[in-house]
Amino acid sequence: MDAQTVTAWMNEIAASVRAERDYLVQLDAAIGDGDHGINLNRGFDAVVLALSTEPDGTPGKLLILSGKTLVSTVGGASGPLWGSALRKAGRALGDGPTFDLAQLVDAMAAALASIQDLGAAVPGDKTMVDALEPAVAAMREGLARGASSGETLRSAAEAAEAGMRATIPMQARKGRASYLGERSIGHQDPGATSTALIMRALERTVAGTP
Amino acid sequence: MATATRRMRKIINEPDQVVKESLAGLAASVPDILRYDVANQILVRADAPVKGKVALISGGGSGHEPLHGGFVGKGMLDAACPGEVFTSPVPDQMLAATKAVDGGAGVIHIVKNYTGDVLNFKMAADEAADDGIKVEAIVIDDDVAVQDSLYTAGRRGVGATVIAEKMGGAAAERGDSLEAVVSVIRQVNSRGRSFGIALSSCIPPASGNPIFDLPEGEMEVGIGIHGEPGRRRAPLGSAAEIADIMVEAVTSDLAAKSGANVLAFVNGMGGTPLIELYLLYGEVEKRLRALGLNPVRNLVGSYITSLEMAGASLTVVELDDNLTALWDAPVHTAALRWGG
Repeated sequence: MDAQTVTAWMNEIAASVRAERDYLVQLDAAIGDGDHGINLNRGFDAVVLALSTEPDGTPGKLLILSGKTLVSTVGGASGPLWGSALRKAGRALGDGPTFDLAQLVDAMAAALASIQDLGAAVPGDKTMVDALEPAVAAMREGLARGASSGETLRSAAEAAEAGMRATIPMQARKGRASYLGERSIGHQDPGATSTALIMRALERTVAGTP
Repeated sequence: MATATRRMRKIINEPDQVVKESLAGLAASVPDILRYDVANQILVRADAPVKGKVALISGGGSGHEPLHGGFVGKGMLDAACPGEVFTSPVPDQMLAATKAVDGGAGVIHIVKNYTGDVLNFKMAADEAADDGIKVEAIVIDDDVAVQDSLYTAGRRGVGATVIAEKMGGAAAERGDSLEAVVSVIRQVNSRGRSFGIALSSCIPPASGNPIFDLPEGEMEVGIGIHGEPGRRRAPLGSAAEIADIMVEAVTSDLAAKSGANVLAFVNGMGGTPLIELYLLYGEVEKRLRALGLNPVRNLVGSYITSLEMAGASLTVVELDDNLTALWDAPVHTAALRWGG
């Protein structure tokens, strides 16, 4: 995997967020303020544009640029959270021109740690952590048993989606949905949903990599 | 976009240009008070930076007008950082604003307690510190509708923000030190409480749909300022019943001593006319007096809104002589103007 993988992943995310924009807005309108899809769509479109002017970066540099772009364009909570996550992931990848599955697992673990550090959310709070934490765990598990990158990322995407669905019965304890108290129960968390899209985009990207 | 075929009942052009065009229009209406820095999407006091004065910056999502841009000017804010509608601004805006208004006496960020606002302001403050600018961030969290703060993101910042910006701005204008201005703003936050109700949802321009459906005859109780539903839904009460709910929620949490002087702020959410807000103030005022509180200062009008949402909030701030003097001090902004 190389710089092209990062660019392709960001393109996949942008396309996926654009396609699911109204769905994310609907989910957010139920327990937030209905702008999650719009904000992420603006941010990842900006990432695609930023990467198109940086053809020569290392994978790490491109992830850092993607994160900075999200911080500068998304706003809300998801901008700083995903922005910092991608920057930390980029730093974890280092300066090499390529990276392997073990490095990718470290990078996503760094992303998760950054999100938990900034947002102070733990699994069960009905946030993006509920999708990302099981995804990273599945990546670690795939790496440990020597599974291929494609297989590992498929199980990570499935774990993220299971985590996303598991947010439905939860009562939100972080973010704007927490203000609803018990009324947040019965709704799927928009942040966990976009996180699952991001993990599924990674799986599709790597599946298409020789 | 599908706007040609779907016209919202809004006086706008393209939905994605609403914030920028509104900022440009505000700046055109008060060129003596502020200027609009288009590139950084910030509103800056016309004479900034004011040398030797503590500078105050606030910001947050748009859709709460006149908050915050309408409060930029002499005696209040030095700059405002507006994000997209109901979306916190990005750190670049706060960093640019911080540099634009730094008069050498320190910069204060007034942050309403929402996860996004807190995170974006924190990133900006960290970057400002890297550039050698000292920033004090104060988080406002006055909304008593949010209980169980252990299990939520904590109380939201609502009406007390307006009062904090007025009193903190007056203290800075008077020449108070950074520490003294910080202390005034913290005092307003610690002695201020708010509670809001909604009679309708609101329609963000980008989505074009109401955030929630509220049937006629019902109200949302314990709302914030982002068009989100409240803690519970209840049958729509009379003004007297609504005043009962608001005054009870605010005063029981504030627990001011009998005989205390207070400022009572009856705020409209954007879609409720002044005739109703004055009526509500009358109901609130009677109840405060019955509780032994003296509403010696007040503010009635729509100052921290949720687009066209119908509804109102009550903010009560306990006063001392210093805060009262700071409230009375001259202010010259688009939305609040008196004295001097």
